[in-house]
Amino acid sequence: MMKRLITFLGCFAVSATMVSADNMRMAVTTSFHNSGLSDSLLPAIEQDIGLKLDLLVVGTGQAIRLGKAGDVDAILVHSRSAEEAFVAAGYGTHRRNIMYNDFVFVGPKNDPAGIAVARTAQEALRKIADAEAVFVSRGDDSGTHNRERSLWGAIAANLDQKNGWYRSVGAGMGAALNTASGMNAYIMSDRASWLNFGNKGGLAMLYAGDPALFNQYAYLPVNPLLHRHVKTTQAKNLEAWLTSSRAKELINNYQIDGEKLFFFNAE
Amino acid sequence: MSDILDGVMQGIWLLVTLDPELIEITLRSLRITVSALLIASAIALPLGALLAVKRFRFRRVVIAVMNALMGLPPVVVGLCVYIILSRSGPLGVLGLLFTPSAMVIAQVIIIVPLVASIAHQSLRDLWSEYHDLLISMNTSQWQRISTLLWDGRRALLTASLAGFGRAIGEVGAIMVVGGNIDHVTRVLTTAIALETGKGDFGLALGLGFVLIFMALSVNLAIHYLTRTEVEGRW
Amino acid sequence: MTSMMPLVVEKAQVRRRGKVLIGPVNFTLRTLGFTIVMGPNGSGKTSLLRMLHGVVRLADGTVSWACDEISARAKQAFVFQNPVMLRRSVCDNLTYPLRIQNVPRKIANAEAERWAARIGLTQVLTRSAAVLSGGEKQKLALARALIRKPEVLFLDEPCASLDGRATREIETLLLQASADGTRIIMATHDMGQARRLGSEVLFILQGKLHEFSPAEVFFENPKTDAARAFLNGDIIE
Repeated sequence: MMKRLITFLGCFAVSATMVSADNMRMAVTTSFHNSGLSDSLLPAIEQDIGLKLDLLVVGTGQAIRLGKAGDVDAILVHSRSAEEAFVAAGYGTHRRNIMYNDFVFVGPKNDPAGIAVARTAQEALRKIADAEAVFVSRGDDSGTHNRERSLWGAIAANLDQKNGWYRSVGAGMGAALNTASGMNAYIMSDRASWLNFGNKGGLAMLYAGDPALFNQYAYLPVNPLLHRHVKTTQAKNLEAWLTSSRAKELINNYQIDGEKLFFFNAE
Repeated sequence: MSDILDGVMQGIWLLVTLDPELIEITLRSLRITVSALLIASAIALPLGALLAVKRFRFRRVVIAVMNALMGLPPVVVGLCVYIILSRSGPLGVLGLLFTPSAMVIAQVIIIVPLVASIAHQSLRDLWSEYHDLLISMNTSQWQRISTLLWDGRRALLTASLAGFGRAIGEVGAIMVVGGNIDHVTRVLTTAIALETGKGDFGLALGLGFVLIFMALSVNLAIHYLTRTEVEGRW
Repeated sequence: MTSMMPLVVEKAQVRRRGKVLIGPVNFTLRTLGFTIVMGPNGSGKTSLLRMLHGVVRLADGTVSWACDEISARAKQAFVFQNPVMLRRSVCDNLTYPLRIQNVPRKIANAEAERWAARIGLTQVLTRSAAVLSGGEKQKLALARALIRKPEVLFLDEPCASLDGRATREIETLLLQASADGTRIIMATHDMGQARRLGSEVLFILQGKLHEFSPAEVFFENPKTDAARAFLNGDIIE
């Protein structure tokens, strides 16, 4: 009986390691994935150019690292300075703008710091600092996090005190939103992740619209000179598709609850 | 509390409607964990037996290290395996990263110490029972090991099932080396992590209950098939 | 008869944690006979048997069989005071010593059935050995030892916890084995049993060999006072 059981399990197990051919790996950020846009783009990509795109949804830092190591064929991130450094150091061939969305400030419905009436993003953050209202930061060196830090401006220097109202969690967008929801705190999130988030609790979107909060997504193919095995042809095909009118249509028409999230701006 | 109830409901609904995506990731979970378990058992059980019967200078140290490795944080194992399998790493040419094979490798590393430690302890007890007799009968080292493995098979099954439990619920390592790629390396635990990150607690809990239910079924099936707890058997 | 005998023991000694368990002892066991090892509890009988069987390390001296060591190991068997049962069926316990010598399964099973009949355990051949009574277990252990036709059989107080009936059955088997040519060396403190079975006696006291004589000599006319006192039933240390 034991022998039969083991043989059966053995055959069953061998099938686990089968892997399919002709696909491409791309590292994308959690903000991009959590918006749900990839769910509408991927089937179209497969249908239009016959490419099976494997997405690794990781933080910006990890995406860049995967690109450097050559473990993926391209990356799609939203952290301009990191991207430029990536290309300058020779890890990527170039960066190509694809689309942008924006960041919003989310907080407790009763808005104790009164940021809803702020005129700029920086003013909103200053109000939070003055009120010492609890603020959750992603703290993970991601595109979102870096933008947030830059907006704090001069206040940034004082943010890392212990037992402060500034809570750095070192996590992805979803996890950070969960924490903010649990603490009933303020947080900066990309609009798409917020709209798609399932655990809003007592939070609401309080401030948006400042151009300083615009968030540019760029596509960077990994440099084949550095890693000979990368799928350059597929990466080129994908880039062509992502900058095509078909992509423009899908991206601009993507909505959550009637709200448009992404703005196609590839040239 | 309503979240938990909602989760149970979602879990039941997923199972009853035999949601195809759920079936896909459940089968993948099972395949990866069962592979890892078979490989790990093939390594760990004889290792446990060998440590029980063979006396050598550093035996105590080896046993202590093996016991300590049970506490290896899975995500650390995942990171190490990632670094080794990465294209920039020593075994990158194998192209194993972000495939189910990489997940199997990581899980094997995680559960071998656990299975070996439990197996070793129970076989050690059995060896102290058999010691005089088997030495007297002039058995070879190999014969002693195979006798212990066979006569101690029920305890070894428990050791393996402990390994199964550890592996099926593991998420840190396989997230790093598998990448949680939809339709390729997404399994129950990584899907739960994903849904939790999206704030969809109901679905995450639902998947969690499916996972528990599956683990229960596997254990019950094993016990039934090997006819434990039948009258007169110990 | 046996190619292992005679067995020559010279200045042999076994120590554990500095304490001498047995020795130094000197004696020679001849080809024929049924040797009884006698002495009070704790005198070193078990240590002596284990020493002769080769399962404890000698601290000093030699134990020499007539043939080489490798063959000597294979042709001995040992029955312990508390029978060690493998966690298997009665049949599998009996066939185990044959199977580890690569005897084909069919032949091994046939032998097992034969022996099971001899010791009256045919009814329970397929049952787990754990469910047997003490006497049945010891008979099984003895059959398992004899199934390989060993040249030398050691027994360490095999009947110590058995009732009269089981004891008699064991003794019958031992006498048959001895008649068939097996050289038997048995420890016991049952005086009656020693008289019934033994052809010669090794009298051990406090780890030393006090007397080694043919049975009649030992029982009728022991050479040492300690032996006399022991035979008298006195408590000696």
